Amino acid sequence: MRYVVKKSVTFILTLLLVSLLAFFAFQIIPGDPAIKMLGTQATPEKIAALQDKLGLNRPMPVRYLSWLGDFFFGDMGESYSYHMSVSSMLAGKLPITLTLTLMSFIMIVAGAVPLGIYTAKHKDKPVTKAVNVLNQIAMSVPPFFMGILFTYLFGIVLRWFTPGGFVSYTSNIGGFIGYLFFPAVAIAVPKLAMATKMLQGSLLSEMQLDYVRTAYSRGNRTNGVLYHHVLKNAMIPVVTFLGMTLADIVAGSIIIEQVFSIPGLGRLLITSISNRDYPVVQAIIVCIAVIVIIINYVVDIVYQILDPRVRGQ
Amino acid sequence: MKKSMTNALMVMVLLTLTIALGGCSGDKASDSSQIVVGIPQDLEDSLDPHVAVAAGTKEVLFNIYEGLVKPDSDGNLIPAVASEYAVSEDEKTFTFTLREGIKFHNGNPVTVEDVKYSIEKCADTTDGDPLVEAYSNIERIETPDDRTIEIVLKEPNNDFLSYMTTAILPADNASPDTEPIGTGPYLYVSRSPQENFVVKRFDDYWGTPAYIENVIFKVCPNTDTIVMDLRGGSIDMYARLTSAQINELDDQFDIYEGTMNLVQALYLNNAVKPFDDVRVRQAMCYAVNQQEIFDLTFDGKGTEIGSSMFPAFGKYYIPELADVYNQDLDKAKELMKEAGYENGFSMTITVPSNYQPHIDTAQVLVEQLKAINIDASIELIEWSSWLSDVYADRNYESTVIGVDAAELTARALLDRFESTAGNNFINFNNPEYDKVYANAITCNDAEQQTELYKQLETILTEDAANVYIQDMAEFVALNSKYEGYEFYPLYVQDMSKIRLKEQTQK
Repeated sequence: MRYVVKKSVTFILTLLLVSLLAFFAFQIIPGDPAIKMLGTQATPEKIAALQDKLGLNRPMPVRYLSWLGDFFFGDMGESYSYHMSVSSMLAGKLPITLTLTLMSFIMIVAGAVPLGIYTAKHKDKPVTKAVNVLNQIAMSVPPFFMGILFTYLFGIVLRWFTPGGFVSYTSNIGGFIGYLFFPAVAIAVPKLAMATKMLQGSLLSEMQLDYVRTAYSRGNRTNGVLYHHVLKNAMIPVVTFLGMTLADIVAGSIIIEQVFSIPGLGRLLITSISNRDYPVVQAIIVCIAVIVIIINYVVDIVYQILDPRVRGQ
Repeated sequence: MKKSMTNALMVMVLLTLTIALGGCSGDKASDSSQIVVGIPQDLEDSLDPHVAVAAGTKEVLFNIYEGLVKPDSDGNLIPAVASEYAVSEDEKTFTFTLREGIKFHNGNPVTVEDVKYSIEKCADTTDGDPLVEAYSNIERIETPDDRTIEIVLKEPNNDFLSYMTTAILPADNASPDTEPIGTGPYLYVSRSPQENFVVKRFDDYWGTPAYIENVIFKVCPNTDTIVMDLRGGSIDMYARLTSAQINELDDQFDIYEGTMNLVQALYLNNAVKPFDDVRVRQAMCYAVNQQEIFDLTFDGKGTEIGSSMFPAFGKYYIPELADVYNQDLDKAKELMKEAGYENGFSMTITVPSNYQPHIDTAQVLVEQLKAINIDASIELIEWSSWLSDVYADRNYESTVIGVDAAELTARALLDRFESTAGNNFINFNNPEYDKVYANAITCNDAEQQTELYKQLETILTEDAANVYIQDMAEFVALNSKYEGYEFYPLYVQDMSKIRLKEQTQK
């Protein structure tokens, strides 16, 4: 019970801090939403009238508190540029970014776990050496570059997908997932390499420990030792890494969505920032923060399953 | 344990593969009567045509809304919501007859109350200036019967008809910002932010109905991938391509060439030293070679202009003004010397970072200005910073930008140089200009008025208000399945004229 209370307090404090920082950031950068909305039709009177209407001429703390109050009761406000309710905009974009995140995460886990185990088990085989070299290369290529490379190779040369041919999940779910496949791979490859290397290293060092020798001396085979005893322990640092990766993908989707022209949360965030569309920016930032915090929470729980010692603390 | 672990992994791998392969078989159901148009920016704007400001929004909304009159591709005003109109002798009373049987997209008939409401909405002054500046001249709007609208002006204005293109909206639409209802050839279907904007043919349209049933405006913000998008088939049409992009397209596309209808110039803040000195401004005009700019950045294409007017405005346009300042470095240096800047000065050209043609132009200008010892540097800023710093606060030295006309009247391009105009972002201040401008807008003789507008253009040239460059060439790529693209003298995309080639053959 105390644990839940503690977690909830941290949760709320983090969100408050994140939203406050995002709010302050907009006080520093130049540009004004009213001027942006009026564009080349702006005159001083019109700007003043619109600022008044949007409530922008109120002092900053008042604006923050009123935003916070509305947000608390579930009202995220209305977009300055689209005049649509922010919650309906987020509801349309969230599934896109989450699907992309989930797809690349599944690829990372599905690839890294078997590869890590295999290379640890057969550390002297030439295959392992080849995997290690490939890993090194994959790790050093940033996702956005991988994205450009994929667009060129699979989109232009091989024509396996149509660059920019994004299909909405509402119209064709197969086409939607198909279009997200290459972006997901572009995100997954470097992370997959890192996770493989991590699991491999973790397994190898774990195999040196005394309890492993004991297990062998009781007559266990390599596989038995590996899956029964070692894997669980070796997974602990990997789970931490995977948790961080998941959070990283959500935040990093901003870049890959730009490269592959995916109209997800990230792209909405970028355009909203350049439009000074505060309500949308605030909502997206808080939304990403919530996702990251939830992921961390899940990682904590997985820890406790893997390592009962954590529960005591 | 071992088995189950391996099985679990196998399932995961298979799942990923299924998802991947499933995606590859995405069906390509092609509706024969559909076109996907790429647009560089989303309609991040209100969909209320009176409130929308972005040129990119207006060019799309052109298909949804109409005014009492609307422009055609030759720059004439043709009756739309009104079937006919009459102007009184004194040019103070404009009488419009509502088109018989005209309907809004929601099926309701258009009434004179809707017309009155729409015009009054744009004449409203509670937020300072009215939405349409010229409407401050309206004395009263009357509806003597249910098909007649009479607009009475305070001062005669023979330009007034060009402001009657203001969209007519239903008075009972509670949310025009998000649910547009108009009378145009296309009706609004849906929008998805940063993704697309979808419209459908309006079958009860009063005029010639559109050919293509579904039009999808697809947001393509990444300029580097537009050629790929076109060639890959994810978009069928894209306007305002560069000549370099055109060269990368194959004969799968028809290229239409026109002009952008923009006054591209190095706009100078006339209130800032040394640009407050007319000799400095003239020297800069003499230093610039427009043809070189075209050759280096626009594949040799572009129309040189010498004042704030472009050729599409036919009778107001004076081609000779483009030759007033032909490149003459000796003269330029002499003028610089007279102004006391023999050794030159340094200046900043502020350019919005999202407009590559303007950036390219600025780069050539920097080199050309070096010849008269001007050390110019380019500062790239975000579009919203440009709007607030340069346009609204006028806190800049010079900028390269293209200015368009909102209405089909010379006044739309010339009003901003009146010294007290709210949109006079270059701080141009010339008492003679103000005097002629005042005469021009109240003049009720069309011929004399044209002369006055021409005089204004000449003043801008002689006073070297800005370093005028060009009306940029515009290229439109249209998949050769379609035909019928038409250029307008305004910034609009008329989708109703575009048709499939097979539709014409029928």
